[in-house]
Amino acid sequence: MAALLVSSGMTNNYFSLDDILASQETIPCTFNVKVATMGYLDQSTSDVDINMGTKLDLPFWLAKYLHKGSRGIVSVDTPKTYKEGYRHIFTADPNVVDLYRLGPYFYLFGEKLLSLQLPDTDDIANVLLKTFQGRFRNIMDGSQNALHSDLASQMEKLDVQERQLFAAGQQGLHEFQKWESRESEKLSTSAMVSNHRKRKRIGYIANAT
Amino acid sequence: MLAEKALDLVRELHRSLGGTLSPYNEDKIRQVLEEMQTLYDQNKDGAQFAAEGQTDLISAIQVRHAGIQRNKRCLLAYLYTRLEQIRKMRWEFGSVLPPDVKYNMCEQEVQWFNQYNRLLANYMRSVGESGGLDLTQDMKPPKTLYVLVRCIADHGEFETQDGNTVLFKKNSQHYLLRSECEHLIRQGVLEHIIQ
Repeated sequence: MAALLVSSGMTNNYFSLDDILASQETIPCTFNVKVATMGYLDQSTSDVDINMGTKLDLPFWLAKYLHKGSRGIVSVDTPKTYKEGYRHIFTADPNVVDLYRLGPYFYLFGEKLLSLQLPDTDDIANVLLKTFQGRFRNIMDGSQNALHSDLASQMEKLDVQERQLFAAGQQGLHEFQKWESRESEKLSTSAMVSNHRKRKRIGYIANAT
Repeated sequence: MLAEKALDLVRELHRSLGGTLSPYNEDKIRQVLEEMQTLYDQNKDGAQFAAEGQTDLISAIQVRHAGIQRNKRCLLAYLYTRLEQIRKMRWEFGSVLPPDVKYNMCEQEVQWFNQYNRLLANYMRSVGESGGLDLTQDMKPPKTLYVLVRCIADHGEFETQDGNTVLFKKNSQHYLLRSECEHLIRQGVLEHIIQ
């Protein structure tokens, strides 16, 4: 389980693909200084330079880099989904929100935002925690009790980390089920091999038709 | 946008992690490296002009530098995750990978795989007193010495430790030493039957 968490990017790992994808989410930024020759970043104009006061949505990794330091090339603003309006929605009923559509890395990206020293950092941190607390019960219920049913509808509103949690719960449930029916000693084909075989078969059919 | 191509690489790999290894995207990696080189060259020129007094170039240098670092991170993550995947496959598929997986690896990855194989084999030979210990054996605690298995696919003849040969024909059943057939079960040639 610990290995699962580490490899799937819940920690801040330099090599983690999830972490890279999460840091690509954009943040509204305003340029405090003129940036010469980089006008091509702003696709709405054909200027050669980025002028002072230009507003642009920059990915987190760039915004973070330009925001830090004494000069502060850009100043950052809270992204829409973490602003007060959305925070009210989350506190009202966290269970109805489709975090995958808003996120997909809602918590991971939110956690990164905290490092930017936005004026409402404390509120964001609070809302992240409250949202997770509110939704956790449903996630646990769902993953521990659905044995053979269709899970797509239950999973579609979960953000990436919640999905990993859900999958972990499911795995536990299945292993317990196997143990109960005395199947845990049965040797089986490794999951990777059977996945690989399935894909190959699909590819074979696709080629044949 | 900066570092867009490198992100494509990461996305592509992220989608394909499961039972396969996506083809090594040499073309895209070259493009990313070219982008990094261009950014670097521009920064070198920019630094010269900035030293001569054009201070508004300094911020541009920082933007490009962030781009270079981002590209580097994406490339390294791409290579590292692939290696991790290949290492995992050594334990799942055994020492010989399926040809289509091998086909998707680049030359250096094949080399790495061979070296990893050798290291693992040497290590397994060195532990334990007599003839080493096979670490890929007994992934689950064994309960019996012999197991009943059924063939899922034709696999030709197989010689057991005591010198007999058995023919693995589809749907035939055999009673074999567990240690001999565990690998074949994991590779999906045989199926373990529990009475």
